[in-house]
Amino acid sequence: MAKLNMVKALNLALLQEMERDPDVLVIGEDVGVDGGVFRVTEDLHRKFGGTRVVDSPLAEAGIIGAAVGMSLYGLKPVCEIQFSGFAFQCFHQIENHVARYRMRSQGRFGCQMVVRMPYGGGVRALEHHSESEEQFYAHVPGLKMVIPSGPRNARALLAAAIRDPDPVIFFEAKALYHAAKEDVPDEIETMPIGRAHVDRPGRDLTLVAYGAMVRVAREVAERLHEEDGVEVEIVDLLTISPLDRETLAASVRKTGHAVIVHEAPRSFGPGAEIATSIMEEAFLSLEAPIRRVTAYDVPFVGFARERANVPDAARVLAACRETLAF
Amino acid sequence: MRENEPATMPRTIVEPQFTVEHLSILDSDGTLDSALDPDIPPEDLKRLHHAMRLGRRFDERMLRLQRQGRIGTFAPIKGQEAAQIGSVATLRRTDWMVPSFRETAAMLWRGWTMEHILLFFAGYLEGGQPAPDQRDLPICIPVGGQLPHAVGLAYAAQYRGDDSVVMAYCGDGATSEGDFHEAMNFAGVWHLPLVFLVQNNQWAISVPLKKQTHSRTIAQKALAYGFPGLQVDGNDVLAVYAASREAVERARAGDGPTLIECVTYRLGVHTTSDDPTKYRSAEEVEAWERKDPLTRFGAYLQQRNLVEPGLDEAIDADIARAVEAFEAVGAPDPLVMFDHAYATPSVALEGQRAEMAGRLARTPVTAPAAPPAEGEAPAAAERQSPPMRGQRRPWRS
Repeated sequence: MAKLNMVKALNLALLQEMERDPDVLVIGEDVGVDGGVFRVTEDLHRKFGGTRVVDSPLAEAGIIGAAVGMSLYGLKPVCEIQFSGFAFQCFHQIENHVARYRMRSQGRFGCQMVVRMPYGGGVRALEHHSESEEQFYAHVPGLKMVIPSGPRNARALLAAAIRDPDPVIFFEAKALYHAAKEDVPDEIETMPIGRAHVDRPGRDLTLVAYGAMVRVAREVAERLHEEDGVEVEIVDLLTISPLDRETLAASVRKTGHAVIVHEAPRSFGPGAEIATSIMEEAFLSLEAPIRRVTAYDVPFVGFARERANVPDAARVLAACRETLAF
Repeated sequence: MRENEPATMPRTIVEPQFTVEHLSILDSDGTLDSALDPDIPPEDLKRLHHAMRLGRRFDERMLRLQRQGRIGTFAPIKGQEAAQIGSVATLRRTDWMVPSFRETAAMLWRGWTMEHILLFFAGYLEGGQPAPDQRDLPICIPVGGQLPHAVGLAYAAQYRGDDSVVMAYCGDGATSEGDFHEAMNFAGVWHLPLVFLVQNNQWAISVPLKKQTHSRTIAQKALAYGFPGLQVDGNDVLAVYAASREAVERARAGDGPTLIECVTYRLGVHTTSDDPTKYRSAEEVEAWERKDPLTRFGAYLQQRNLVEPGLDEAIDADIARAVEAFEAVGAPDPLVMFDHAYATPSVALEGQRAEMAGRLARTPVTAPAAPPAEGEAPAAAERQSPPMRGQRRPWRS
């Protein structure tokens, strides 16, 4: 057991999966000698060499396309896209090929590969370095979309993603990279993909969040407990797609109220799918309309205005109180 | 700098002039330049000839099947048989073949069955499923998208210490795509066992080569990525074979990638949805018909007395058997669509499958309308909207 931040925890998952399976390799821009711009692949190059920790040319479609070929052969590449905002340079490879190869070849081939990308705001960065684009991947059949919320689940989910026979888009919240340390066991640990986690049990309101927004949800839950005597249940999705509808429905059947928080813009975002799924499974339990607290439907606003756009505790708190007062 | 004063920092040449070679072995009458004879054993020459004629005749048959509404849209290969067979024939079974979407002749050589190809173009994904031991990727439709996959395959082969070579196909249009350039760059940097085989058939649908690139050749694009590019007469199967054999040997020996530009011509339509008379002249097509790869190679083999009597009849009989087997395939089971989306479907996807299964159980399946027998003119309504094999009436809820 060691106290690790998310960067170190992810690094541990990569190290251990590479040690146990020679077919796992890492490919991306600056992932080798430099250890990645966020240091998630630090030291792997020294341990495994440049053939397994591949500094690629600066071309996202080339990285993903090459990883497709590697996975068709039987290797298990873990790609790093330096920032999720650059992934549209390879989105055609992800949507047209990564997601479809199993179907196109009718099961003869599959793309066992992971695409890691730092996403989200909170690091005072330029355009394309702060956005949340999970909705694009969550919508594509053939992909899985995972977003951990802390060091321990990040490590366990990355190990699971590497072993998953299907392609996994793995978003890492930049705001969480160095935010907190957690106890992470030394021995290999995995978690099932497709299962949400009840982060805090409660009877009055279901607060759905993932990634960096789980921190916000925890703050809101604590304040509602202290100030209003309200018990919030936090559902940390962990996997966006496939969505764990059962855990969501079970929670709302108990609480009757739901608020969804995400950093992605609102319209056609994950909140729409989550809300519909709750409505389909637990309509008769709902005592108030489901609320969404999200970024607004505007392109990148510049980091000077980022805090007004990305949901914070005050906005989530207000939405929860309005929902409870409906 | 003042005039007549010697430059202290003169411009220097860091790279000497590049050259691009063009290789042609058979002239348009089928006469061989014996100095360049690739010395292919007679039995292999006959196999090449068979494959080229099979490619042509199957293509023609597919066109008729499409016009009758028995298969859907496809991209005919007429005119490109030498480029495809001359190159693919230099691969071993254990090498990888990465097609785009106009490689029917090369795919048949690699072991795809005609029935598979017909099924694929009739809308059945089953037709795109390679056999378990087949090192072939399925047809890739987004232009150039398959080229980075070839890079990854070649990297993986090298990683595993497997001496297999990858041959990746694309057309002249694909050389404008970013994926083409990223793949070329990666292949050069990683020094991969990979052959890029560009079939420059002069037209990307309606856009001619001169609007596609300002480069004099496509072959020279390889030079910028640090590996050889060679232009060959793509309607000369011996030239394509000789160049491909050399490139494959280089790749297998660890000497890196090669680009081969086969200068050829699409004698027919881009796809069956296209009317090329709108954008190119009959004179141009006729000029290329005189350079037909089958005529040239046939004349050469005739001179050497290597043409099998009854070759076309035997090929037609094989095609007829394949069409018959294809026609015997039953209506598609819609539930199969859930089988290969994921290795293991999610609970939600299982739910969607169950929903469909329930609906199918309640709604009796109507057999698809029989397509007209071959040779019969389809009814007017069918000409407007040709029925696809296996197409059902819309479900009623």
